[in-house]
Order: sequence, then C-alpha cells, then structure tokens
Amino acid sequence: MKIVKIKEDNCIFCHLCEVACVVEHSQSKDIIKAFKREERPIARCTVEFNYPISLSVMCRHCDDAPCIEACQNGSMHRDERGYVVVNEETCVGCWMCIMACPYGVIKRDTRREVWGLSTKCDACPERDIPACVDACPNEALIYEEL
Amino acid sequence: MKWMKNLKTYVPPSFVVERDDYRCIRCKACVEQCSFDATFYDEDEDRVWNWDANCVGCDRCAAICPTEAITVRRADPTYRYNHNWNGHIDSIKKRAIFGGTPVVSMGNDRPYPIYWDHMLLNASQVTNPSIDPLREPMELKTFLGRKPDSLDISDDALKTKLAPQLELEIPIMFAAMSYGALSYNVIEALGRAAKEMGTYYNSGEGGLNKDHYKFKGNIIVQVASGRFGVHKDYLDVGSAIEIKIGQGAKPGIGGHLPGEKVSETISETRMMPQGSDALSPAPHHDVYSIEDLRQLIYALKEATEYKKPVAVKIACVHNVAAISSGIARAGADIIVLDGFKGGTGASPQVIRDNIGLPLEVSLAVVDERLRQEGIRQYVSIVASGGIRNSMDVVKAIALGADAVYIGTAALIAIGCTMCQQCHTGKCAWGISTQDPHLSKRVNPDISSKRLINLLEVWALEIKETMGAMGINSIESLRGNRLNLRGVGLNEKELEILGILPAGE
Repeated sequence: MKIVKIKEDNCIFCHLCEVACVVEHSQSKDIIKAFKREERPIARCTVEFNYPISLSVMCRHCDDAPCIEACQNGSMHRDERGYVVVNEETCVGCWMCIMACPYGVIKRDTRREVWGLSTKCDACPERDIPACVDACPNEALIYEEL
Repeated sequence: MKWMKNLKTYVPPSFVVERDDYRCIRCKACVEQCSFDATFYDEDEDRVWNWDANCVGCDRCAAICPTEAITVRRADPTYRYNHNWNGHIDSIKKRAIFGGTPVVSMGNDRPYPIYWDHMLLNASQVTNPSIDPLREPMELKTFLGRKPDSLDISDDALKTKLAPQLELEIPIMFAAMSYGALSYNVIEALGRAAKEMGTYYNSGEGGLNKDHYKFKGNIIVQVASGRFGVHKDYLDVGSAIEIKIGQGAKPGIGGHLPGEKVSETISETRMMPQGSDALSPAPHHDVYSIEDLRQLIYALKEATEYKKPVAVKIACVHNVAAISSGIARAGADIIVLDGFKGGTGASPQVIRDNIGLPLEVSLAVVDERLRQEGIRQYVSIVASGGIRNSMDVVKAIALGADAVYIGTAALIAIGCTMCQQCHTGKCAWGISTQDPHLSKRVNPDISSKRLINLLEVWALEIKETMGAMGINSIESLRGNRLNLRGVGLNEKELEILGILPAGE
C-alpha cells in the first residue's frame, strides 16, 4: 500500500497541500469556486509550524488504527484499498476517533444539520496521486510504498 | 496596520505588486513565502495586501500563488523624464538618507556592451561536411593544467611526465560560491551535480563543511585573502586549489559576509566566531608582487605534494594580459579570468557597476599574449563571469578559453530570479540565506536534477554547434577564432578580439 510520506526537511510552509486538499474535496474541483462560491470543504492535512520546523500532517492510515477501534458503529473502517476512511452516511459525530487518534489528524465538520462528521484524509480515491502530493512544490510530500 | 509611510526615509518603491482580488483565495501562501515583509494578511478585513516599498521583485509570491492572482511589475518612474538624472535620483537619495554606500549582489546590471551577442559562429556548407552529434561521437572531454612543451612517445609508451591535470567530462564547472554566501542545500546540489556530470564545483572562500567532503574528486578548493577554513584536510579534499586574487564583481576589494549569515555551522566551517562579520582583506597580505604569488603557489603545491594543479583567479582589469603572463610564469597551472559581469554575494554598488573589463575582451587578449610569449601551454584558461548560455561557452572556447565557470546560471537553474538581494541573507528562494527555515526551500534532490539537466542540455547544444561547424572535438574549437565573425563591432574591437568582421 502506498502512503504519503512526510519530508519535513523540505516543507516550506506554503500551505498548498491544504489548498489542493480543499479543491480535491470540493464539489466543482475548481480552485476559485471551491474557496469563494461553494461551501468550503475542510482540509484533511494541516501544516504545522514551529520555527524552523514545518511539516504537513495528515492521516498515517495506521495498521492498528485506534480510530477504527474507537468508532462505536463501524463508520471508521478500512476500505478495499487499505486506507482508513469514514462512512459519511453512518458517522454520528461522537468524536471518539478524534480522542483516539495519536496524530490529531481527524477534524470535526459540524456543518451538517443533525450530526457532526469526522473528516479525515481519504488518500484521494479518484486520483492516482493524492492532491497534496501533486501540489507540493518542494517534494516535501511523496507518495510511496510503505 | 504596522506602518505608515514616512517622508524622512521615503524612496519610491522599485516594484508594484498587483493582486487580482477575484482570483485571490486568501490561502496566504504568498504571505508565508515573502521573506522581505512585503506581503501581509489582514484578518479583520480578510485581505492580503502589500507594502511595495519592501518588495525586491524576487517573484516568489507570484510563482507560488496557486491561482496566478499576483503580478509583480517594475514600478514606472514617476519623476519628470530626464535622461541624465533619472537613474541617479534615487541612488543619491539613498545615500543622503541612509548615509551609507549601497551594497548590492549578483553581477553588473548596467547596459554595457555584451560582446557575446556581437559574435556569430560558423557552420559547414558543401565544401566541408557537418557532423551529426546523434550519429557520431563528439568529444567534450577537457584537461586543465600545465601541458608539456613536447611529448616523448617511444616504445609505445608516453615517456614525458605530465603535470597534474583536472579531467572534465564537459568544459563547464560551477564557479566559486562559498558556503556562507549560499545555503547548505545549494552546495549539496552543486556537489551532487558536479559528481554526476564529471565536472567540478568550487568551494569558494568559505571553507568546506565536513558533510561535503563526500564530494572529494569533484571539488576545487579556494584559498582567498581571508584564508577562511583553510587547513590540511581542506586542501587534500580538493582536486585543485584556487588562489583567489580578485573577483569580477568587485575587483580590488575583499569579501564581506555579514555577521547575520555566520551561523553556528558557518562559524565552524570558517573557523571564526559565530555572528561576527567575515571580512576578507582586499589584498592577500602575503602577496604584494608576482614573486610573492609564486611563493604562495609553491607553498600550496608543497603542502599537497605537487599532486594538484594550482589555479589563480583574477578579476579582468586593464592590464589583464600582462598580469596573466606574470601568473603563468609564477607557476600557476590554471588562470581563471573573472569578467566584470561576474556575480557576488555582496559588493558596493559603485565597484560592481564601474570596475573591470568585459570577459570577452580579456579572454582574447590574455590568450593572444600568452601565445605570443610562447607560454600558453603552461596554463589553462578558465573563463568566468557572465556566461549565460551554451553559445557563450562555445564562443568563449573559440576565443581561447579551456573551460568556463558558471555561477549565476547555475543558481538560476535552481530558482534564482536575480533580484540581487543575496547580501541581505533573506533570499526568498532559499539560495543565498542561512536561515534554516528559508534554506529548506531548496530541495537538493530537485535542484541537483535541474543542474544536471542544464549541463546535459548545454553539452548537447555545444555538440550540435560543433557538429554544424564540422568539429568533432572541443580541442579543435579551442582558440579557433576563425569560427567567429564580429557584427556591429568597430575595427579596433575586432582587432582586440582577434576576429574577422562578418563578410570577410
């Protein structure tokens, strides 16, 4: 299984991985519309900064994923590709996955009418290479076999 | 916000940053990338805006912007048109307001003649065949160093003892740019590219970081007037030793690495206190004559057991031919001529813009003088300073150079946009900075590939041109001025360059 590897020595804190993630998970997949016209999706990766260190952090898709263990109704599951993803239909927003995640990479989307939605990296199912990796201008994110 | 313009220190901005608000998605990539405090995000108003006075025109923001919302324009002069004074008004104001001479970086940017662009190359037609480099072997291999007067080949063996030589797969090397002026990652990229391409990079005068000793076999080490980081191991790692007498961008003055750039690792490498200015004296304090130079050359040869060629680098100045003759006679194996368009990490503006000679002219007169004196074979000539493309390389070699150094061109290959802010240590492209966060912007994996691409493409272009001229070895092009014709040059210039006018 391929995974996004983080090269913190190369991260230049430009946030373009976040931008690309937003665009990829938007309805139109158009950068202007995604940011200015539609309801903006939440970026699944976060660029952390503590001078001079910076790095983009997103789901590690752990083998022994604690979020899957913690999920009360099986919404957090492993898909056929092997990545850890959320079933949006069944997620009730109890945030147990967030409590369990050792990397802090699951985010809360509270914009749904009834229940919240755990939002996390889905390794871009519609793409060969995840959007963040494609967008990184300095190869600080690379998509490689684990 | 943070500022208000103040007339007391006001000099009109050189650049205007234009922002298309429809395209701007407020991702703030430009804000993070601007290292000159020219771009801001205002949370209250949700807008990105610019302080144009701080903009240096490095184009980093425009390059990183994912929606192409940013255009950086040169500011149009607002003063009344005056051919004599327009360019000088701001420079007088700067001196008057700030009370110091402006320091600048990179090469001379004034509109002096570019002789490369007044020389045309030949090609074969009908009477002699041209060569296709994709079908037939072409030789770019170059040896730098002292050549013997004659060769004794008997019993199928070479009996003459040859002086140490530098072996180059392509006649292009990376010029002296020190660790200190450039970031660690850039040196790493230069080293990797030099190793891959079978050529050399020059350590510059700032010594050599221990990590970069791994490039042994592809390093030329420099000994400059400051003697920073010079010790036995350093000399041993170099394949050749270069004594830097002068630099094209600042002939007659020494170097100055501002204290801000002297970080912990730099201070270790340079063997000097952290945070203190690294000042190289103008002259070598032990070289006041050609005889003194001879002593230094032989001291270095002695220290390295006569196993390495010693190069002497000088800036092209008025008596460059006579000086080169002296250097050849002092025992140097290689002379590096640095033309006035050569770059620097910091130089007073007046020096950079007004001192020196064009490389093309210097190269021609030095080659001619050494030939006339019958000592051309004692030294190889490396042309440096303002080599912009592969055809400059071909023309330089045809004028008599053995190889060339590229500095600025190499930096451009890895991102440099020539904003001339190297001396500030805030390079937004991560090249000429020691800021550990900024220098991450150069990824040695990407940069070394780009440098290798550049050298490979140039090598191919050189082969193509040689093939067109019907030449299959760079040796046959060396000093072959019959393959050059001058256009738009006067008779005296043609005579000095030693080339015929177009049509003759």
